[in-house]
Amino acid sequence: MEFNAIYVIVARELKKFLREKSRLFSAIARPLLWLFIVGAGISRLVPRDTGMPYTQFIFPGIIGMTILFSSMFSSISIIWDKEFGFMKEILVAPVSRTSIVVGKALSGTIVSTIQASVILALFPFLGFQLSLIQIMLVLLICVSVSFCISSFGIVLATFYESYESFSVIMNFIIMPMFFLSGAMYPVKLLPDILKIVAQLNPLTYGIDALKHAIFPDGMGQMSPDFSLLSCASVIIGTSLVFVFVASRSFERKG
Amino acid sequence: MSIIRVENLVKKFGNITAVNDISFKVEEGTIFGFLGPNGAGKTTTINILCTLLSPTSGRALVAGYDCMKEPASVRKSIGIVFQDTTLDKDLTAYENLVFHAYLYDVPKIEMKDRVNDVLNFVDLYNRKDDTVKKFSGGMKRRLEVARGLIHRPRVLFLDEPTLGLDPQSRNNLWEFIAELPKKHAVTIFMTTHYLEEAEVCDRIAIIDNGKIIATGTPDELKKIVGGDVVYIRTSDNVNAKREIQRSFGFDVLEKEGELYMTCSMGDTCIPEMIRTIGEKVLTVRLQRPTLNDVFLKLTGKAIREEEVSGEGSILESIRAYRRRH
Ligand SMILES: Nc1ncnc2c1ncn2[C@@H]1O[C@H](COP(=O)(O)OP(=O)(O)OP(=O)(O)O)[C@@H](O)[C@H]1O
Ligand SMILES: [Mg+2]
Repeated sequence: MEFNAIYVIVARELKKFLREKSRLFSAIARPLLWLFIVGAGISRLVPRDTGMPYTQFIFPGIIGMTILFSSMFSSISIIWDKEFGFMKEILVAPVSRTSIVVGKALSGTIVSTIQASVILALFPFLGFQLSLIQIMLVLLICVSVSFCISSFGIVLATFYESYESFSVIMNFIIMPMFFLSGAMYPVKLLPDILKIVAQLNPLTYGIDALKHAIFPDGMGQMSPDFSLLSCASVIIGTSLVFVFVASRSFERKG
Repeated sequence: MSIIRVENLVKKFGNITAVNDISFKVEEGTIFGFLGPNGAGKTTTINILCTLLSPTSGRALVAGYDCMKEPASVRKSIGIVFQDTTLDKDLTAYENLVFHAYLYDVPKIEMKDRVNDVLNFVDLYNRKDDTVKKFSGGMKRRLEVARGLIHRPRVLFLDEPTLGLDPQSRNNLWEFIAELPKKHAVTIFMTTHYLEEAEVCDRIAIIDNGKIIATGTPDELKKIVGGDVVYIRTSDNVNAKREIQRSFGFDVLEKEGELYMTCSMGDTCIPEMIRTIGEKVLTVRLQRPTLNDVFLKLTGKAIREEEVSGEGSILESIRAYRRRH
């Protein structure tokens, strides 16, 4: 791996992100809407005796949503780079395909983690009391989940050439990924078929890990669905697979 | 030493054969031109040489490395200006170049100097902090050439470097390209549609339908069509014709009251001819052979319709030439 190349790919992406302030704003508006409008509305339907207020229950899910949207959409930069030809400049350079994928994934990771941190900072308003260790743990999980979802987005982006077809497939994938991730309702309450789908979704484990960190002693229905160890292994394992697959499909075509 | 060696290269896209069994060599320190019409397979060949595509069969070596087996070493040895711009328009010229320097692992202490050097070389130093969005087509092209030189490649590929430039910028760019081998110790591999532009090349290969149909120096290729065509209008065509034929041995033909003949060096031929036939001369014009002429000669078909029209007379002369051989 070439660290100079990874560094400069990340630096370029961040420079562009910072020049485009509206992206940060719109990326944060969506989770706020879900947290305080959708979440507050649904919480009226949820019985009080489930262990915690519904708005608290969805907090990890909303952090996960922030990461999902921002990581998946950061891979659009690959489509733009292909459309405007810049990808060729990167691909003819003496840089391993893995470095290119890692550089792009780290850019997505940093941008997503920044946005997730803004949402995380709202925890006092939702009645949580998080210790410094918990906050550090949440950030660590955010970094790993962002990396995982970003590299998943990159895998998809390597198969598409145009913005139109890519955004269609993105919208087709993102919403099911969000609804079948345990973000809005516990995976254990889903019907069997959907439960299987949720278990194939890496975001499920990311959000579950966040639940472990944010309400470690959550009980009953609202408790996490998997063990922290299995969440960690799935996130790390799938990240490696995604980086590998993306690097392979960046190899020359034809 | 041949810095590029291509042996029996074939590239198929489905049932289209874009490159059909081509072989050629390029010597170090020279300018090699790849000349051909749209869809001839020029870009496909470049993409294989710069490791972006794998060939269907055959072998390609650049700087001694196999493009298939040692892509990383090939990539280190080459710079490339693609047919379509590959600059990041949202970054400044300087940022684009620094990005490139990092990608190619240019040592940090040298980075700034090298970037500034190439910016000066292409005369863009005072625009270095403008975003590329604000550049004209010619400036972008020059910036791309500059970028291709930062990491001191041994071979620089230029895919239609003058695409979309006005004649003035074309000339400037060609002068600039002609200096590259000496100033930067680099071998140039370039493509173009125009034989006139290939004048700077040491050697040219003409490619059509994926096949190389001729190779040689620009002069050798022009001789295929018999060189330049000189048109003369005189007050006494019959005598002028006889005098020219007697003194120069040219085959002089007549069309619409105008005499015309092909000669290898039109520019030196005209003054001598005027001296010979003296006062009789009314008008003189010179037509240089174009790729289209060489093409016609070699394939019997025109490259592009719009280039053929308006060249009726030269077509005539070539047909006449072909009838004679
Ligand atoms: N990715 C591809 N898939 C299918 N066919 C292709 C692909 N790339 C090129 N071709 C075909 O291969 C042939 C050669 O194309 P190429 O781009 O090499 O031509 P060229 O000589 O560079 O032409 P131009 O002067 O227009 O740039 C064309 O018929 C083209 O349609
Ligand atoms: Mg081309």
